[in-house]
Amino acid sequence: MDIHADMDMDGFNEARAARRARLRALSAALRYLMLFTVGLVMLYPLIWLVGASFKTNAEIFSGAGFIPRHPTLDGYIEGWRTSTPYTFGRFFWNSFLIILPKVIGTAISCTMAAYAFARFDFPLKKVLFTSVIAILLLPNVVTRIPQYMLFRDLGWLDSFLPLWVPSAFAGDAFFVFMLVQFLRSLPADMEEAARVDGANSLQTLVYIVVPMLAPALISVCLFQFMWTMNDFLGPLIYLSSVEKYPVSLALKLSIDTTEAFEWNRILAMSVLTITPALVIFFAAQRYFIEGISAGGVKG
Amino acid sequence: MARVQLRNLEKVYGGTVKAVHGIDLDIADGEFMVFVGPSGCAKSTTLRMVAGLEEITGGEVLIGGQRVNDLAPGKRSIAMVFQNYALYPHMKVRGNLAFGLKIAGRKKPEIEAAIAEVARILEIEPLLDRLPKQLSGGQAQRVALGRALIKKPGVFLFDEPLSNLDAKLRASMRVRITELHRRLKAEGLSSTVIYVTHDQTEAMTMGDRICVMQAGRIMQVATPKELYEHPANLFVAGFIGSPEMNLLDGRIEGGDFVIGGQRTPLGPKVTDRLSDLPAEAVLGIRPQHLGLAQSGLAARLTNAEFMGHEVYLHADLEGRPIVAVVGAAQYEALGRAERIHLRPEPEHIHVFDKSGGGNVSLRPSRLAA
Ligand SMILES: Nc1ncnc2c1ncn2[C@@H]1O[C@H](COP(=O)(O)OP(=O)(O)OP(=O)(O)O)[C@@H](O)[C@H]1O
Ligand SMILES: [Mg+2]
Repeated sequence: MDIHADMDMDGFNEARAARRARLRALSAALRYLMLFTVGLVMLYPLIWLVGASFKTNAEIFSGAGFIPRHPTLDGYIEGWRTSTPYTFGRFFWNSFLIILPKVIGTAISCTMAAYAFARFDFPLKKVLFTSVIAILLLPNVVTRIPQYMLFRDLGWLDSFLPLWVPSAFAGDAFFVFMLVQFLRSLPADMEEAARVDGANSLQTLVYIVVPMLAPALISVCLFQFMWTMNDFLGPLIYLSSVEKYPVSLALKLSIDTTEAFEWNRILAMSVLTITPALVIFFAAQRYFIEGISAGGVKG
Repeated sequence: MARVQLRNLEKVYGGTVKAVHGIDLDIADGEFMVFVGPSGCAKSTTLRMVAGLEEITGGEVLIGGQRVNDLAPGKRSIAMVFQNYALYPHMKVRGNLAFGLKIAGRKKPEIEAAIAEVARILEIEPLLDRLPKQLSGGQAQRVALGRALIKKPGVFLFDEPLSNLDAKLRASMRVRITELHRRLKAEGLSSTVIYVTHDQTEAMTMGDRICVMQAGRIMQVATPKELYEHPANLFVAGFIGSPEMNLLDGRIEGGDFVIGGQRTPLGPKVTDRLSDLPAEAVLGIRPQHLGLAQSGLAARLTNAEFMGHEVYLHADLEGRPIVAVVGAAQYEALGRAERIHLRPEPEHIHVFDKSGGGNVSLRPSRLAA
């Protein structure tokens, strides 16, 4: 009697479980469909850009499809050559010359500034940190003109210096603030252990703090890289000779100088321009995810 | 030599919060000193001032006779074990052990040899190539211990190193640390220990001497036995021992102590000095020193806790709670009686000054010590 009841219960439970599983599968399918649709809508311009860069100039405006009917590399070849005496490679090199010192300088200077704010007491610390926040809230345009005059007096116009030197001295308040917040969330015990182990402040910073800070530092570098790559206004203000243009300006150049715009060239170069950013982003994505959760403190 | 001396040590946080009120303490070379006290009594603050992690507001710290107030932690010949281990998360166990030696500029073969030796002593050889997050709490604590040991410091500082472990592991680590200390001493290595804990079992079992602290002051410094048998004041009497000492308000009259309407005789060591004693006082008697008797202090039994070979009797004496520990057989013999008679062993009675809290039943020579 009891056994039969049990079996009935089992059958009932099984039916219920099966129904629940079906429901779950259905809802998952719906959710994925939704995500896929929205994702496609957001990504379509990018996909179209890549497709269109292989089209002929005439085909670009003939439809919204992204698969080229007569694929051609013309856009890339002509675009690379540019309408200037330099190839597009020159402009990439210029971008690189700005980005490299800027990213390295940002990483080093912001780490040191953040370490000082988060872990040391020094006179005027409150005032200085408040000014960091104030700079954070200040719109960029406000400082453009004074900065321009400063760099003009230094004789730095038409050079890369104005584009990276401020950042190399922790000029980007946002990054300093971000690292300070991250550091404050890390326990100070490891640093104290290092000091007991005989490390001085600099050794503690290099051997203990920086490795723990790595996930945040990678984000900082990534942001700085992308923002610099995309920065249009800075180079436009400070650089006047074409040979020093970074890619962001060079792209615009190909629109200005030709009368009938060669859209396929522009699109092809645009694809090239965003490639480094995409590659680096996907390469570093792993660190975003794994990095932050790795803590040494168990409680 | 790694004698540690604290001279009128003071700490003020942020200009207003006084955490340590002038501590004077001498810790002999090779001594195992335990700081014990309730939470917030400034055990950690004092320890961290010895380590150099906290700035010293007033007074001085001497290690091996040398004033170290202005010396960086790394130059004080100390090693510290933290409550949450504080292992470097991005380094393997091997790297954690090696870090201090690398900073000190030791040669590679020397470091390798030191790691091998420490790993053998602490039985962490199989863990050397793991990251801290791949260790259990007990393993991490052993690595933290190894990181301290490898430096061969003059003074080991421990800040509640076992409080994150479960009871069983804690007991075994307790033994391990004590043995390690004994071994270092036998090898002639200077190994003074300052060990902070709030657990009185740890304090009583591990310490050569115990420093009982309260609210930034030292209440008593003595061996565990001395502390248990001759607490200097009400605070120590109530803090050390389990279950807690019974502290009963009353008066001294003749050779007796009067609680409400009842009296119990005081031992000779008290009655010898009747003239020095205040009339209003507190009688202290450990539950272990209260026996069941035919006559004595009459109390009403409220609860009995069976602990195996002994029973904790909770009773009501003239409106005051009182606890006695008696043998299981004695409790059986009691039957279901509600009224019981408790007799304090006169030689174990302490009398405390009601206002100052000092133990007035101690011989003056003891108080001075
Ligand atoms: N950074 C600080 N700023 C201000 N007050 C502090 C600071 N650190 C500790 N204190 C205060 O100093 C006193 C002693 O603190 P401490 O950490 O030394 O206590 P403890 O005995 O180690 O306690 P626990 O057993 O809880 O660890 C406490 O009252 C605490 O509030
Ligand atoms: Mg503490």
